[in-house]
Amino acid sequence: MTTAHGIQSAAWLLVALPVLSAAVLLLAGKRADKWAHWLGALVPVVLFVYAAILFFSIKSESNREISLHLYSWIPVAGFQVDAGMLLDPLSMVFVLLITGVGSLIHIYAVGYMAGDEGRRRFFGYFNLFIAAMLLLVLGNSFLSLYVGWEGVGLASYLLIGFYQNRNSAATAAKKAFIANRVGDVGLSIAIMVMFAYFGTTSFDGVFAHMGGASSGVAAALGFMLLLGACGKSGQFPLQTWLPDAMEGPTPVSALIHAATMVTAGVYLIARSAPIFDQSQAARTAVVVVGAITLLYGCICGCGQDDLKRVLAYSTVSQIGYMFLAVGLGPGVYAIGIMHLIGHGFFKAALFLSAGSVMHAMNDRIDMRRFGGLARVMPITYGVFLCGFLAIIGFPLATGFWTKDKIIESALDKGGTSGWILGIVALLGAGLTAFYMTRALVMTFHGKRRWEDDVHPHEAPRVMTVPMIVLGVLSLVGGYLLIFGGGLQHWLTPSVGSSIEEGAHTVSPVVLTILTLVVVALGVGGAWVAFGMRPVPATQPVVVSPITTAARKNLYADATNEAVLERPGLWLTRALVYLDNKGVDGVVNGLAAAFGGGSGRLRRLQTGFVRSYALSMMAGAFAVIAVLLAVRFS
Amino acid sequence: MTPTYYLVLSAALFTIGAVGVLVRRNAIVVFMCVELMLNAVNLTLVTFSRINGTLDGQVIAFFVMIVAAAEVVIGLAIIMSIFRTRRSASVDDANLLKY
Repeated sequence: MTTAHGIQSAAWLLVALPVLSAAVLLLAGKRADKWAHWLGALVPVVLFVYAAILFFSIKSESNREISLHLYSWIPVAGFQVDAGMLLDPLSMVFVLLITGVGSLIHIYAVGYMAGDEGRRRFFGYFNLFIAAMLLLVLGNSFLSLYVGWEGVGLASYLLIGFYQNRNSAATAAKKAFIANRVGDVGLSIAIMVMFAYFGTTSFDGVFAHMGGASSGVAAALGFMLLLGACGKSGQFPLQTWLPDAMEGPTPVSALIHAATMVTAGVYLIARSAPIFDQSQAARTAVVVVGAITLLYGCICGCGQDDLKRVLAYSTVSQIGYMFLAVGLGPGVYAIGIMHLIGHGFFKAALFLSAGSVMHAMNDRIDMRRFGGLARVMPITYGVFLCGFLAIIGFPLATGFWTKDKIIESALDKGGTSGWILGIVALLGAGLTAFYMTRALVMTFHGKRRWEDDVHPHEAPRVMTVPMIVLGVLSLVGGYLLIFGGGLQHWLTPSVGSSIEEGAHTVSPVVLTILTLVVVALGVGGAWVAFGMRPVPATQPVVVSPITTAARKNLYADATNEAVLERPGLWLTRALVYLDNKGVDGVVNGLAAAFGGGSGRLRRLQTGFVRSYALSMMAGAFAVIAVLLAVRFS
Repeated sequence: MTPTYYLVLSAALFTIGAVGVLVRRNAIVVFMCVELMLNAVNLTLVTFSRINGTLDGQVIAFFVMIVAAAEVVIGLAIIMSIFRTRRSASVDDANLLKY
């Protein structure tokens, strides 16, 4: 660990700059409307340039873990938290991804949001998102990570609910926030456990203590961190918010899915590698969550007719792959991160081209009403095709390098579990090919199915240029990452070295061919089902039970509703009833008893003087009787 | 001549007065009955003063007379004004001050 010097000591600008610009954009008011989007788009570009300089500066160091002390944040007697940054290979990879892909999405959004009167507000939130995500990956303690973590949650809430007058958007934003909150509770408990057992929350402090920690503490930390990661990354069982988050504008979906937010969970687990190294149980849980989510996302993705939802489920399943990789243990972390970056490229490309389609189709997103767009929108089609080839793992495209590695690592785990995980991952690859082909064919091929009032057109250049860059990156990015084991080498100081090329369960060549066969089967199946037959313009009603289940997200929302929402509703109703009838009943009953009693007692005040006199005399007699009784008893 | 007779007489007068206050409606009669009760008490006081050979009772009797005189002045004035406004001296008619 070396101290930051020279240009590295300005790393705090990475967080400060977007926060500042967000504040300017949100506070400047209408007078900023003319230039706000350019400022908003300029900031991440500047950050990217600085991050690139920083990257080379760190690359030239012999010790590539650089700490930057900023100020003493929480100085309490036995508890010291310093605000600081950790510039190491892992965080630099994320910073480059966030600022790089983030810049392209920002530039794209300038064109995409051109007709929206809330564009200034949008860019304010967008910069806030970038700032929070950068704080998340740059913080040098779990506590500063947590601040960024919450900031990301807030920014995503604001952006998903950006169309605030739309009911569905408001609901989706709330859903995302609440699902994230469940995960955040896990992370905050983990931080409390760290403080209780180790008295520190900084990365070095906690990891230094991990060797001596009991297995119980390690498992508790692992499971709580996993819960946090599941919430943020949309993993099973907290995945339902992610598809609904499509209610936000498309650049938001791209940013959430490609550069920020969902990658935070993977980052957390990769960063906490020393904790997961200590607990086999937690590691197994990560793998299981990854495998379940991977299949879940694939199956749901096959049943959706909404283009953006298909992509959302594909993110769910791709993040499942990353969880699977980082859960497999030392050596596979780098592969998970590699897939994350590759995914950042091709998912951004896919989302941006989906946004371009939406832009052209008057915000309609039902794939059954598209068809034959390839001829009208050639650039968008090309970019989508690049993303498509990358995600299905077409030879030499990004997914081919990164996803196949994950399948290989899963099989190399050995034993029955290795076979199960490998087959799940392989099956996922086939299903991914199926639903992506379906989306491609339904959107861009076949006969046109859109209505006459829609006039599709290619997007303006400010949108197409970032799309093309991302499309090219999705094709060649994987090769660049894997070239000479570059990224794995680079990440070694942060996540440990990769496994030596040793014994494989299945030889890589056989596995590659097998994967390609499975992928080809998926593509072919989808082509037969959707490419060769005309696609009905409305959803068919009579379908197989599997399709119905996939359309209903495998009943995940229904389960949440039945298990969590309904009992909660009942409990609330019971409590309201108890409050109305019980607590209020006692108070109101007492008041009514006094009121009624007084009303009756009042009648004694008749106004007849003689009756008063009689009662006075009765009283006098009573007093005398008592006196006499006392006197003579 | 035993003091007992005086006490019995006083008790009888007091009872008559008390019953009169309770049963009569005419304010003047009620008023007179009150006077009767006061004087019955006076008689008792004087009797006990005589029995005990002290002057205390007699002094208090004077006080009672003074109070009674003052009471008559105010009471009669009130009764007069009620009679003027309501054309009646019945105590049951003046029953507005109630629930």
